[in-house]
Amino acid sequence: MLSDLYVFGDSLLHRARPLIKILALVVFCTGLFLFDHWAVIAIAGLMVAAGFAVAGLRPHHGVAALRPAFWILVAIFAVQVWLADLALATFIISRFALLILAASLVTLTTTAGEFVDGIEAGLKHAPGWVPKTRIALAISLTLRFIPLVRSVLIEVRQAQVARGLERNITALLVPVVVRTLKHADETAQAIQARSFD
Amino acid sequence: MIRFREVSVKKDGQAILTEIDLSLSERRIGIIGRNGSGKSTFARLFNGLETPTNGSVTLNGQGGSKALRRHVGFVFQNPDNQIVYPIVHEDLEFGLKNLGLGKDEMRARIDTVLRRFQLEHLRDRLTHQLSGGEKQMIALAGVLVMRPRLIVLDEPTTLLDLWNKRRFMAAIHELEQQIVLVSHDLDLLDGFDRVLHIDGGQVVADGLPDPVIAGYTAGAQC
Amino acid sequence: MDTRDTVFIALFAAIMAALAVFPPITLPVIGVPITAQSMGVMLAGGVLGAWRGALAMVLFLTLVAIGLPLLPGGRGGFGVFMGPTGGFLVGFVLSAFVIGWLTEQFWHSLSFPVALAICLGGGVVVLYAVGVPWIATVAKISPLTALSGSLAFIPGDIVKSVIAAGVIVTVRRAYPIITR
Repeated sequence: MLSDLYVFGDSLLHRARPLIKILALVVFCTGLFLFDHWAVIAIAGLMVAAGFAVAGLRPHHGVAALRPAFWILVAIFAVQVWLADLALATFIISRFALLILAASLVTLTTTAGEFVDGIEAGLKHAPGWVPKTRIALAISLTLRFIPLVRSVLIEVRQAQVARGLERNITALLVPVVVRTLKHADETAQAIQARSFD
Repeated sequence: MIRFREVSVKKDGQAILTEIDLSLSERRIGIIGRNGSGKSTFARLFNGLETPTNGSVTLNGQGGSKALRRHVGFVFQNPDNQIVYPIVHEDLEFGLKNLGLGKDEMRARIDTVLRRFQLEHLRDRLTHQLSGGEKQMIALAGVLVMRPRLIVLDEPTTLLDLWNKRRFMAAIHELEQQIVLVSHDLDLLDGFDRVLHIDGGQVVADGLPDPVIAGYTAGAQC
Repeated sequence: MDTRDTVFIALFAAIMAALAVFPPITLPVIGVPITAQSMGVMLAGGVLGAWRGALAMVLFLTLVAIGLPLLPGGRGGFGVFMGPTGGFLVGFVLSAFVIGWLTEQFWHSLSFPVALAICLGGGVVVLYAVGVPWIATVAKISPLTALSGSLAFIPGDIVKSVIAAGVIVTVRRAYPIITR
């Protein structure tokens, strides 16, 4: 399967059930938005720091989680300083950082496989109208299709380079979409051929 | 025995197959024909992937696409299209889950098939990392675990190299089941019991491999 | 919903993931890198239609949320939804739905200009209509400021709409999935 963002460990956070972690995250985020106060930011900061310590994560994991949002956070900080004041700017940016770090705490301590198992376990208790087997099939199929679409993309790109069309993205995407759609149609047939309906 | 009773297939008003009337009970049956002759549609009638516009298809007297799918396995040309799950054993379990089998029974069936074709080492591999030959063997294994009575193969060796083709065909020849093989590779039909030549949506020749293949290749001379 | 729908939904979720590793194109004048992924949103709606397109996005975002690195730059996990631009991701679902719905309405007369208008409307206007107020709310800035901050991405989005519209009308002729 694809590698996920999991960091190996055996802490309390690693062992907690995915659903519990997600619910805790939802409560945490709601709390941060509901109580617009520095004291809440401070408490949340302590909680996130404690979480990182318990899970045995290092500062660079936190930095890596924040990096993708870095420039937009800088922009928002600048806008806030300009339109409001430094205090509000710092408050907003701290809140973002805490939200992202708290979320990464869940992501870094849970494998994608555990989440998929969690989803499947959750589906078992779902009411009858939920198409459980279809949802499970769709998740597996996506994981199966990702490497396949990538290889088709590479193959078609090579063919188009050979024809001097490498800068024409339409010429690249049309064959990729048509080929993978045909592929999907035959896969649907193969699934039906194996008595799934 | 599989029985076609006056079967016709039309798509968008165009006749793909017309008035096919056959009983097939031989163990090894080949289907040949040009591109667009309707042989692919014909092959898909065997297990209900295509349904006749007129007429009926029955296996040992049972009809309907559900019964056909249950008892007729299908191997496609491109195993990439057939393998549904990211891990080999998950894919092999897929069809068995659809049959509603228990865990022990699934495991036993999968073990039997993997051992028979010396594929045990692939059990936990990622399907997209298998070689073309391994993929086609796994696609076949996925069909065999369901214990079909008849297996239809639609040009299953086109994407395989010479070695893998031989290995695959050796596996096919070993099978107890009735086999229907659609192939452009006429050498594969050596030792078959019966060959059908499809052209323009009809069976234009039907008999032992040698005369039917001779007629087919004579038609391709120009 | 039948097996074929399930497979198509999974396919477009996978196409979204594959487009994330597609090398970004940097527009010469403005210097803002554009990634191919939001084209996947337009294609999902324009090729599969409203429901299947939207469900493909839900599936894709679920896989992102559970930590698979399927966004450009190998990003993934819940954190990406918590950042200021989370609205643009959530907006994928509505965007694919609107594009799909409009494509279905104009299916019989779907020409390139019509498809382009649909992609611009559903893929740019709708997406920003979700993403911009989202930034404004979570970053406590006015919607107008948030919008002007996003303007640099508009030229890239227009380029992507042009490409996606071309793909949608060609695929409609070559291998139509929406049937009406």
